[in-house]
Amino acid sequence: MLKLPVYLDNNATTPMDPRVLEAMIPYFTEHFGNAASRNHPFGWEAEEAVDYAREQVARLIGADPKEIIFTSGATEADNLALKGVYEMYASRGNHIISATTEHKAVLDTCKHIEKLGGEVTYLEVKGNGLLDLKELEAAMRPTTILVSIMYANNEIGVIQPIKQISAIAKKYGALLFTDATQAVGKIPVDVNKDGIDLMAFTGHKMYGPKGVGALYVRRKNPRVKVTAQMDGGGHERSMRSGTLNVPGIVGFGKACELCKLDMEKDTENISKLRDKLEASLLKLEEAYVNGSTEHRLPHVSNISFKYVEGEGLMMGFNKNIAVSSGSACTSASLEPSYVLKALGLGDDLAHSSLRFGLGRFTTEEQIDYTIDQVSTTVLKLREMSPLWEMWKEGIDLEKIEWAAH
Amino acid sequence: MAYSDKVIDHYQNPKNVGTLDKSKKNVGTGLVGAPECGDVMRLQIEVDDETGMIKDAKFKTFGCGSAIASSSLATEWLKGKSVDDALKIDNMDIVEELNLPPVKIHCSVLAEDAIKSAINDYRIKNGLEKIKFEESLVH
Repeated sequence: MLKLPVYLDNNATTPMDPRVLEAMIPYFTEHFGNAASRNHPFGWEAEEAVDYAREQVARLIGADPKEIIFTSGATEADNLALKGVYEMYASRGNHIISATTEHKAVLDTCKHIEKLGGEVTYLEVKGNGLLDLKELEAAMRPTTILVSIMYANNEIGVIQPIKQISAIAKKYGALLFTDATQAVGKIPVDVNKDGIDLMAFTGHKMYGPKGVGALYVRRKNPRVKVTAQMDGGGHERSMRSGTLNVPGIVGFGKACELCKLDMEKDTENISKLRDKLEASLLKLEEAYVNGSTEHRLPHVSNISFKYVEGEGLMMGFNKNIAVSSGSACTSASLEPSYVLKALGLGDDLAHSSLRFGLGRFTTEEQIDYTIDQVSTTVLKLREMSPLWEMWKEGIDLEKIEWAAH
Repeated sequence: MAYSDKVIDHYQNPKNVGTLDKSKKNVGTGLVGAPECGDVMRLQIEVDDETGMIKDAKFKTFGCGSAIASSSLATEWLKGKSVDDALKIDNMDIVEELNLPPVKIHCSVLAEDAIKSAINDYRIKNGLEKIKFEESLVH
C-alpha cells in the first residue's frame, strides 16, 4: 500500500535514517557530558564520541579529522568561511569571486562583506548552469583572496567542475571555498582530489539530524585559517566556540558513515527512479529539464511545464506529494527563482517549474504515483490555461502586448 | 501556505472553464496579466441582446490556485447580472468570499480588471464608449 504523502523534496531536507537516531539516543540522556569537560568520565565519553564522529565525517570527504570544524549547519559554515577568510587574509587582498546561482547563505554573506569594504564579483553561469572557466580566470585579480563556488546547485542539481575551478584559484594564489551542502553524501567528494581549501556541508541533507554541520578547513598545502565569528571558550581549534552539540555530532558522524557505505547502492537506485520520473514527465508536450543533465546530482530533476504556473500545479497534488517550485507565488517576494533566471530562462518558464528531489527512501511505487498525479494535473491545468490555448492556435505569445500588472 | 476551503473547491471544480466565440458581437473578452508575472486571466461574457443581461461567462487562467479560484468565482457572479451591475463587482468582494490572504489580493484585482476589460470589449464592439477606470491600487 502506498503511504501518503510522498516526500520528494529531499533537497530541502532529508528524513533521518533510523540507524542515525539509534546512534544518537544515548548521548541525550546516559552520556550527556560536555565534550570540553576534560577531568571526569562524563566529559571523556562525550569527547570520545565527538572524536569518533569527526573521523566518520572526515573519512567521507577524504580529510584529516583535525580539519573538521563542527558548526550549527551549512549556513553558519558558509558565514564562517567567507567572513573568516575575509578577515584573516585582509592584508593579502579584499576581492572574492562567487556566482549568481549560489545559495542565499553565500550571496547574502558576500553582500555583508561588500558593506564592510570587500569587493565581490558575481559570475554569471551558462544556460546549462555551469560556470564559464574562462570568465572565472578573467575575473581573477592580484587582490583575489577567495573563490567561492558551490559544488552542486540546490535547485537544479548541476555539479560545477570544482577541480578545474580550484586549479584556476591556485594559479592566482587564491583559496577555494565550496558550499557542498547538496553534494556531500550524494556523490564522491574528496577535498584533496578536488583541491578544496574550505568546504561547508550539513547533516540534515544526508539523513542526519538538523542543527549540525561542518566547515572543512585545510591544514596542509596550504595551511588555511579563518577568523572566528563566534568567540568564547576556544572550541574547535578556536575557530568556532560554543559547547559541542554532542548528540547531533554523533548523528552527523553516523550519517556520514552510512552515506559512504551506501553511496553506490543509493546512487544506482535513486538515479534509476529519477530517470524514470523524468523520462515519463518529458513525454508531456512542452516540458523541459532545467540545467545540465550531464553534470548533475543523481537525485534531482527540475522541470518546467510550459503554460502552467508552478504553484497552481503543485496545488493539484501537494496534499499527497511534496515537491518545490521556482514559481514566485511560493515566496513572499513574488519574484521567480533567481537560479532559473540566471540560466537565462524567461520568467514564464521559471514560473512553470517544479523541483523533484528524490532520496534514499524513495520507492518506485511513489514515483509511479507521482508521474500519474503530475501528468494528470498538468493536462487539467492546460485545459484551463489561456496561454496553452493560444499556443495551440499558433499565436506567438512573445508578440502579445501584455497589460502591465 | 494553507488555502481556504473555497479556493480549494474552485480549484478542484472550477466553474465555467472554456472559450466563447470572440468574433460574435455580443461576446466581450478581457485578457489581463502577463506570463512574466505568473498570471494571465482571460474572461469572457456573452450578453443577451434583448435583455442586456449576461447570459454566459467563461474563463481560462494561467496562475496559482487563488487566481484560478478568483476567475472561477467571477464567472459565477457575472452570470445573470446586467452589464451595469457586473461593473459593481469589487475585488474586495472576491477577497472576502474566498478568504484570500494579503499576498494573494493581486489575484482578485486581476479578476476585477478582467471583468472591466471584458465589458469594455463588449461596449466597443457595440458602438458604446469605452469606460475609463481608475488605476487599480494593487499592481
